[in-house]
Amino acid sequence: MFPIIEKNDLAAKVFRYVIKAPQIVKKAKAGQFVILRLHDEGERIPITLADWDVAAGTITLYVQAVGKTTIMMSMMKAGDSLMDVVGPFGIPSNVEPGKTLVAVGGGFGIAAIHPIVRAHKLIGNRTISIIGARSKELLLMENEMRAISDEVRIATDDGSFGTKGFVTTVLKSMLEKNEPIDVVLAIGPVVMMKAVSDLTRAHGIQTLVSLNPIMMDGTGMCGACRVVIGNKMQFACVDGPEFDAHAVDFDLLVARQKMYSPQEKISLDIFEKICETQEHRETAAW
Amino acid sequence: MSNEAAEHTGRKLTNKERMKIPRHGMPEQDPLERAKNFLEVPLGYTPEMAIEEAERCIQCKNPKCIEGCPVNVKIPQFIFHVAMGNFELAAHALKETNALPAVCGRVCPQEEQCEAVCTIGAKVEPVAIGRIERFVADWERASGKISFPPIAAPTGKKIAIIGAGPAGLTCAGDLAKLGHAVTIFEALHKPGGVLVYGIPEFRLPKQIVDAEVQFLKKLGVEIQCDFVVGMTRTVDELMNEDGFDAVFIGTGAGLPYFMGIPGENLNGVYSANEFLTRVNLMKGFEFPNHADTPVPMAKHVAVIGGGNTAMDSARTARRLPWTEKVYIVYRRSSVEMPARKEEIHHGEQEGIEFLLLTNPTRFIGSNGWLVGMECQKMELGEPDASGRRKPVPIAGSEFVLDVEAAIVATGNGSNPLINKTTPGLTINKYGNIIADETGKTSREGVWAGGDIVIGAATVIKAMGAGKKAAAAIHEYVQTKK
Repeated sequence: MFPIIEKNDLAAKVFRYVIKAPQIVKKAKAGQFVILRLHDEGERIPITLADWDVAAGTITLYVQAVGKTTIMMSMMKAGDSLMDVVGPFGIPSNVEPGKTLVAVGGGFGIAAIHPIVRAHKLIGNRTISIIGARSKELLLMENEMRAISDEVRIATDDGSFGTKGFVTTVLKSMLEKNEPIDVVLAIGPVVMMKAVSDLTRAHGIQTLVSLNPIMMDGTGMCGACRVVIGNKMQFACVDGPEFDAHAVDFDLLVARQKMYSPQEKISLDIFEKICETQEHRETAAW
Repeated sequence: MSNEAAEHTGRKLTNKERMKIPRHGMPEQDPLERAKNFLEVPLGYTPEMAIEEAERCIQCKNPKCIEGCPVNVKIPQFIFHVAMGNFELAAHALKETNALPAVCGRVCPQEEQCEAVCTIGAKVEPVAIGRIERFVADWERASGKISFPPIAAPTGKKIAIIGAGPAGLTCAGDLAKLGHAVTIFEALHKPGGVLVYGIPEFRLPKQIVDAEVQFLKKLGVEIQCDFVVGMTRTVDELMNEDGFDAVFIGTGAGLPYFMGIPGENLNGVYSANEFLTRVNLMKGFEFPNHADTPVPMAKHVAVIGGGNTAMDSARTARRLPWTEKVYIVYRRSSVEMPARKEEIHHGEQEGIEFLLLTNPTRFIGSNGWLVGMECQKMELGEPDASGRRKPVPIAGSEFVLDVEAAIVATGNGSNPLINKTTPGLTINKYGNIIADETGKTSREGVWAGGDIVIGAATVIKAMGAGKKAAAAIHEYVQTKK
C-alpha cells in the first residue's frame, strides 16, 4: 500500500498528491512516470512524476480529476492509501549541458516539465519556462517554476496574467525575435504539443514532447500505447515517453486517445449516479 | 467417498481388464450455456471417475510418461494412489516434483507429453493423466489437507526471481524447499504472469492460481509485486547492493508482434496481450460494475492467428455479452494450427467461425475506427523452414470481413527491459537470453528460463526450465565462496 502523505486541492480540478513510494524514489529521473491503481477493481493509469523527495521517500503527482479513477482519487484524503504505485517507467529525459532550454507547459503539463527543467538547471543550462492557464487563478506551480527557471514567461487565455493568449503565443514571439534557443520541450494537451512542434519546425529547433497515449502495463507487454514516430511504430512506455516532436504522428495520437471514450463515459456515468445516491443518503441521514 | 467408489478401490484387475475400461470423458459445461459465462468449461472428474480412470494404468515396468513430463512427475505412483482411493498420498507424490499441479492438470498439452508416450496408448486410448492430476490437485485444495513438504534448514543464501510466472514460481518453490531465502519480483500488481494476465478464467480460474501462490508463500517465498526489475532495480543492484547470491530471470515473452500491414494502429486493432490482459488480469469482463478497466465492446471480432493465444482470445471475445460473431483468421490449414486440438474443438463448439487459409492484408478504417479487415485466400505450397507447408496467396481472392475489432495473436517477442539494463547478458538475434540446458547465462550467478530463453512456448516448458535452474542455482550457491 502507498499512503498519501499530503493532498492539495489546486485550480481547475487539479490535485497535488505527495505519496510514499520509497522504492521508486531511489531510481526516479526527470521525464519518467509511474502507474497507479487505487483499489482492487481499479484500472492502471500512468502519471508523470512532477517531483520527488529522496530523504522523505515520497513522490509528487499532479492529477486532473476528469474520469472515474481520477475523480475517485480526488475524493481520497491524506492518510488514505493507493493500492499500487509502480515505476519509475520510461526512458529519462536526455539532459545535455551547454544548452538553452525553453520548456512549454500547458495546464497540468507544467507538472511534467518541472523535473526536466530542474535537471537542466542543475547542470547549469539556461532555462526559460513558458507556462500558461485559462486565467491567473488557475495557473499551477508558478513559484516552483520560478525557483528553477532563469526566466518564467506566462500566458493566460483571458489576459489576467502575463501575455494574453496561449503558451504558443509567447513561444511564437520568441522565435520571431530570434532569441537563442537550443532545445524546446513541450508537455501538455496534444493540440498544444502539435502547435509547438509546428512552430519550431520552421526554425529547425530541436523539440521534444512527452506523449500520453492510453497505457496499461508500462513494460511494453500490451502495445496499447503504440505511437508512430517517423513512420515507425514505437511503444511510448518503453521507447518513450519523450520523442522528437517533428517526427510524431499527432493525429494518430489524438485518435488513439479516444480508444475507450465510450466505455469511459459509461463508467463515469455509473459512478456519478452512485455518488449522487450516496449524497442523498447522507443528506437524508442529517 | 461413495460406496461405489469404495467398491472399486484396490480392485485386483489384470492388464487386459484394465485396458478394457474405456477412457473417461471429461464432464463439461454445455457449449451454448458456457459461451455466455466465464465459468470453467471442464467440470472435473468425480472421485468415482478418477479411480476408474486410474485403474486403466497398468503400472508398467518402464513408465515413459515420467520422461514425457517436463517436470518428471512420478505419474505411475500418484495414479496408483488414486486407484487405491488414497487421494492424500496421491497429492504428496504429485507435489514432490510439481509445484503447480492444479494449473498443469488444466493447461498442459498432455496429449503431446506424458499421454503421448503412455504404454497402453499403443493399443487403446492413453490414461487421462492430466484429468487425474487435476482431480487430485482439486481434491487436495477442497479437502484443506494441504500437504506440506519438508523444508531444509535455512542456508543463509538469498535468491532473486524475476517474474512471478510459471518459470519463476516453480524455481522459487524448489529453492525455498532447499532452505534458501527467495524473493520474487513481479512487475504487475498480481503474481502469476501469463496464468493471470493471459490464460482466461474459463480455462484456469484465478482462485486456483491464487491458491498455488499462497502455497508458495507458506513455503517461505516472498513476493514483491509492483516491482519492475530493469526500472525499479537492476539485476546488478540486486546482486551488488541488495545481497542476492543468484538471480533467475523468468520474464516471459512480453512484447507483442504486429503484422506490419496498413491500418494496424486504427482504434479497434488490439494485441492479444492487451485484449487478454484487460479481460483477465483487470477483470474487464465485469466492466463497468465490478471493474474499472474498459474492454473493447465490438459486435464482430476477428482474431488473427492459430495458436493457443488466438483460441483464448476468440473464446474470451465470444463470452463478452455484446459480441455477436467471432472469427478465427488463420493463414494455414487446420492441420498446421499450433493450438491444442481440445481448444480448437471447444472454440468450434462455442460457435466461433474458422476462416482457414485466410490472411489479413489491410485494416480498413473510418474516422480512425476499424470497420473492416481485407483478407486474401491462401493455398498451401512447398514446406518452409518450419517444415510446415508455406501458405501462398491466391491472386484476386481478396474479400472484406466486416469487423469492428481485430485481435492480433501472431506471437510475442522477448521483453527488452532486463536485457537493456543488464550488461554482459548475452542475447540472440530475437532478443532471447542465451542459456545452457540448466538455464545458466553468460553472467555469473544469473540463470534464465521459460519464454525469455526459448521464445513463446507452454506453461509446463517454462516450469521445467524453472526446475532445472533451481537445481543448478542450489549447487552454485552451496559452492560459492
